[in-house]
Amino acid sequence: MRCFQCGTCTSDCPIARFSDTYRPRQIIRMTQLGLRERVLNSDTLWLCASCFTCTDRCPQDVEVASVIRVLRNLAAEQGLFPQVFKEQGTSILETGYAYKIPELRIKKRESLGLPPLPKGNPESLNKVLHGISFLKSIEKKSD
Amino acid sequence: MAEPKYLMFLGCAIPYRVSAYEISARKILGNLGVELVEMPEFNCCGLPMDPVSHEMMLILAARNLALADQKGLNIIALCPGCAGTLKKVGKMLKEDKTLREEINAHLKNAGLEFKGTVDAKHLMQVLIEDVGLEKIQKSVVKPLTMLKVAEHNGCHILRPKEFIGFDDPEDPKTLKTLIEATGATCLDYMDETECCGAPSVGVNDKIALQLARDKLNHIKMVDAQAMITICPFCHIMYDTNELRIEKMFNEAYGIPVLHYPQLLGLAMGIPPEELAFNELRVDVSKILKQFVEGEK
Repeated sequence: MRCFQCGTCTSDCPIARFSDTYRPRQIIRMTQLGLRERVLNSDTLWLCASCFTCTDRCPQDVEVASVIRVLRNLAAEQGLFPQVFKEQGTSILETGYAYKIPELRIKKRESLGLPPLPKGNPESLNKVLHGISFLKSIEKKSD
Repeated sequence: MAEPKYLMFLGCAIPYRVSAYEISARKILGNLGVELVEMPEFNCCGLPMDPVSHEMMLILAARNLALADQKGLNIIALCPGCAGTLKKVGKMLKEDKTLREEINAHLKNAGLEFKGTVDAKHLMQVLIEDVGLEKIQKSVVKPLTMLKVAEHNGCHILRPKEFIGFDDPEDPKTLKTLIEATGATCLDYMDETECCGAPSVGVNDKIALQLARDKLNHIKMVDAQAMITICPFCHIMYDTNELRIEKMFNEAYGIPVLHYPQLLGLAMGIPPEELAFNELRVDVSKILKQFVEGEK
């Protein structure tokens, strides 16, 4: 990575503005130094809002947000990820939607003059997602 | 020229809790002669899974694009997250043969194939590029000249520039132009392109709400009568959560948050009761009263 630690990412980061611990520059530096376990075990890794401001403004064209996404993916392979992703992943597999849409909402659509909501196809979804590693991570993660 | 026709991609957040956006968007698109065909079946665009599995995101997005391929129709998405993801994955798969083959091997298990014949666009991009400003301006029969509002684009309609690239993320103009087409004044304010914080909800709610509060403060400073959004998640942050933010930080805003199609719908002369204003959390009666009085 061509990062020269100027800190544009951190100074422009909306999350860093309010967090005392989340510093994208630091995550990039630790990654350059190969501090794998420290990075992957860090809670702050999950604070990035994926707004891509850092990526668009980096003078060295480091895709900071994408590097953070790769690090998160690596952490997830070890089962280290917030619970919300298990809930959303499971919901997608079961219904197609990331959130379980309440029956009441689905019924209400008609009275609001909206067409019926397209249905998910769990069978097809399970087929196309067959064999991807994240499904094992979901299974292993306790509730 | 044939009227534009799209596959309507709703995403997850809109049917879950942001009906007003869908209702008003369908109304204005109908008025502008845009034909909508419903998706034959649905799965999430994939974006929510990207942090934990890039692979899962790619397959989910590609599956939607493959369904659109079969229909032979471009996708319109109301959510910038969905539009951006489908656009980005479409571009990646078209340009990278190895990746395309890898993803198509997955799709093949369900008899599907990504061919790359269709495009995905956000509502705003369809409005400005396909419908055109002139047609929108002509559709305005009740200009909202009494309204001063503030726009909020949100991140994924603008960034990363490399994939989205139809507006300038540092100085976005499209939404402003579309707001001004309704006759309303669009005010400038501090940190206009700042993130709403929604993606951090569920990981750290306090930081997420602090971001939203900052925005509401900046909008209050310029005396905007309303905030205009084009993203279901941004809307949830400012409208659904406004009361929560007021309580948490001991603030008082009372700033209504309108979906852009609600604003345009009003200017088109669509009766307010058909634009789902009653679905909004923050009281909009002041604006609507002013609008009705302006008619007299």
